Amino acid sequence: MKYIDEFRDGDLARNLAQNIVAAAEPGRTYSFMEFCGGHTHAISRYGLVDLLPRNLRMVHGPGCPVCVLPIGRIDMAIDLALTRGAILCTYADTLRVPASGGMSLMKARAGTGGSCADVRMVYSTRDALQVARDHPRREVVFFAIGFETTTPPTALAIQQAQSEGLSNFSVLCCHVLTPAAIRTILQSPETEQGPAVAIDGLIGPAHVSTVIGSRPYEFVAAEFHKPVVIAGFEPLDLMQAILMLVRQVNAGRAEVENEFSRAVSREGNLKAQARVAEVFELRREFEWRGLALVPHSALQIRAQYAAFDAERRFQLEYRFVPDNKACECGAILRGVKRPQDCAIFGSVCSPENPVGSCMVSSEGACAAHYGYGRYQDRH
Amino acid sequence: MGGAQGKTRRGYARPLDLTRGRVDLTHGSGGRAMAQLVEELFARFLGNEYLGQGNDGAVLPAPMLEGRPGRLVLSTDCHVVSPLFFPGGDIGCLSVHGTLNDVAMMGATPLYLAAGFILEEGYALGDLARIVESMANAARAAGVPVVAGDTKVVERGKGDGVFITTTGVGVLPLGLELGGGRARPGDAVLVSGSIGDHGVAIMSKRENLTFDAPIESDTAALHGLVAAMLATCTDLRCLRDPTRGGLAATLNEIAAQSGVGMMLQERAIPLKPVVAAACELLGLDPLNVANEGKLIAICAPADAPRLLAAMRAHPLGQDAALIGVVIADDHHFVQLTTAFGGRRIVDWLAGDQLPRIC
Repeated sequence: MKYIDEFRDGDLARNLAQNIVAAAEPGRTYSFMEFCGGHTHAISRYGLVDLLPRNLRMVHGPGCPVCVLPIGRIDMAIDLALTRGAILCTYADTLRVPASGGMSLMKARAGTGGSCADVRMVYSTRDALQVARDHPRREVVFFAIGFETTTPPTALAIQQAQSEGLSNFSVLCCHVLTPAAIRTILQSPETEQGPAVAIDGLIGPAHVSTVIGSRPYEFVAAEFHKPVVIAGFEPLDLMQAILMLVRQVNAGRAEVENEFSRAVSREGNLKAQARVAEVFELRREFEWRGLALVPHSALQIRAQYAAFDAERRFQLEYRFVPDNKACECGAILRGVKRPQDCAIFGSVCSPENPVGSCMVSSEGACAAHYGYGRYQDRH
Repeated sequence: MGGAQGKTRRGYARPLDLTRGRVDLTHGSGGRAMAQLVEELFARFLGNEYLGQGNDGAVLPAPMLEGRPGRLVLSTDCHVVSPLFFPGGDIGCLSVHGTLNDVAMMGATPLYLAAGFILEEGYALGDLARIVESMANAARAAGVPVVAGDTKVVERGKGDGVFITTTGVGVLPLGLELGGGRARPGDAVLVSGSIGDHGVAIMSKRENLTFDAPIESDTAALHGLVAAMLATCTDLRCLRDPTRGGLAATLNEIAAQSGVGMMLQERAIPLKPVVAAACELLGLDPLNVANEGKLIAICAPADAPRLLAAMRAHPLGQDAALIGVVIADDHHFVQLTTAFGGRRIVDWLAGDQLPRIC
């Protein structure tokens, strides 16, 4: 596989691993947060931790679109499908996220609790538009989640629906923003659940950065004096980025470096950014699982596209629902706890019966550790 | 209608219209229309001396081995697949191969098949004929007749075109004991060829993906390969076909049944580049993707070289490979040394395979 095998070369990886071991100074420790769930998945999938020195620790970040959705948002989607009679179109992992009262979109679809919800898995916003075209007499709502990667397609879908006069289509917008979450994590003080996360550097997201560019991370270096290296999702990308972070830390540098230069520029994808700006504006605040209310951390649909905003159209109200008390997803998303630190990890909470959202998506820290790494826990 | 099918009626006013005709509720209601469907469609393709008797069941001779009655293996498998026609096969041949392979994984020689059809009102008779003909061809190629069958029709919207359940009977060679509980630490783990072909062929068709090199399902009857393996290696521990859930699910099943762990080498697992590429695109792990013409063999370490040679000498085992070893592990983990040199678990799939979001 061209352009993929090159980034999974085992010999190169061992070389890089040796370089990291050689660069890491024995007297100090290194804690790096990979913000993005795609990186969390790759680290576990390729067993990268086995290649890193013992004094270098990877901390999982909150960059998993499904994981950061609070229960109240899933409840809104279930409400749309179950009691408002809408066809709810959604990306797949969302189906299994636990909602209030033991529900999930998957259970609503199967008819748990009496009536069946019409919930459809889609691969893209185009699929959702097609569902709306195919069912002109039904309300069709696209449950739009994700970071900046998935936002431009949602913007296009709304503009497309408007130009077609597709009046039965609307969007439940839950798009969130990466830089705001990073700021919250770096600012977060010690809480009653544990100390603030101590990280020496950040691995910046791959796909998100293709859209927003590397410029939005510059505050991390300027204000917080932490290095950032934007990395691709392939295992060699990650190893190279880790080496670059170690070198920055050793030299006392705090800069934004770009390992993923084959796809990411400083300015990002300006056309995509323009589309997003046409359709969306900043929300004053948005609740994230684990990070609580974060100011200016999410998008809402502009008034001129109000007809396509499911929150306005159905007069939905967001209701805060506390997480299950035993679940440590919040602390895990902030990077202050590891999946195996949670008392219910692997027992009450498993991929088949997830209690928290981090156990749902393959990009979630708990699912990644359960599926790929839990053999380490017995030692 | 129940059991074996035969010439129940003659001289229908009009022959079945296989060009424009559709399954309707009368085809399942036990009247003349049903008898016509059985005679002109099912018996036409699948007919043999047993079906031709037209009784409620087929009377079969007990298989004798060296003058003694042999032990029978019975297995059944339901087939629901969407789309019904896919690159490399269709639900017809799949329903034959699937059950023959389950019988073969016990080490048995398959002898007979029975087939049950659930048809949805409105399904095109011409397509049904293509499916049944494909089934007949697969059964003929395998040398295993369909000796009994049944058909039901459900209302439109209550089925997905065609569902087929097949049951197979086979006879076990004297003294042979294979089972998922017989793997022991030190045993070798072999696979008969590249993984993930079937699942990726189905998903590519569903998603309308096309590739420069076509991806075809590997659907095939494996009892010939099994016979060749048994002729070489009589101390096989276990055979299993990694269908739904893929290699990962099957190896986890065996590890749990035998109370052992496994250590696999990622580099050793055969995987076609085009399948690997499609998995990248669709966000799938090939280890979780279904196969319909592959088997996993576990054998004593000393037998592995001979067994591997025998597999590679068979057309359905040309790409066979030794992919790992059975290890002692109280947690029954199946682990993998990645191409990178790191380690990870190969877990059961949780829920469905889903594409990534961001």
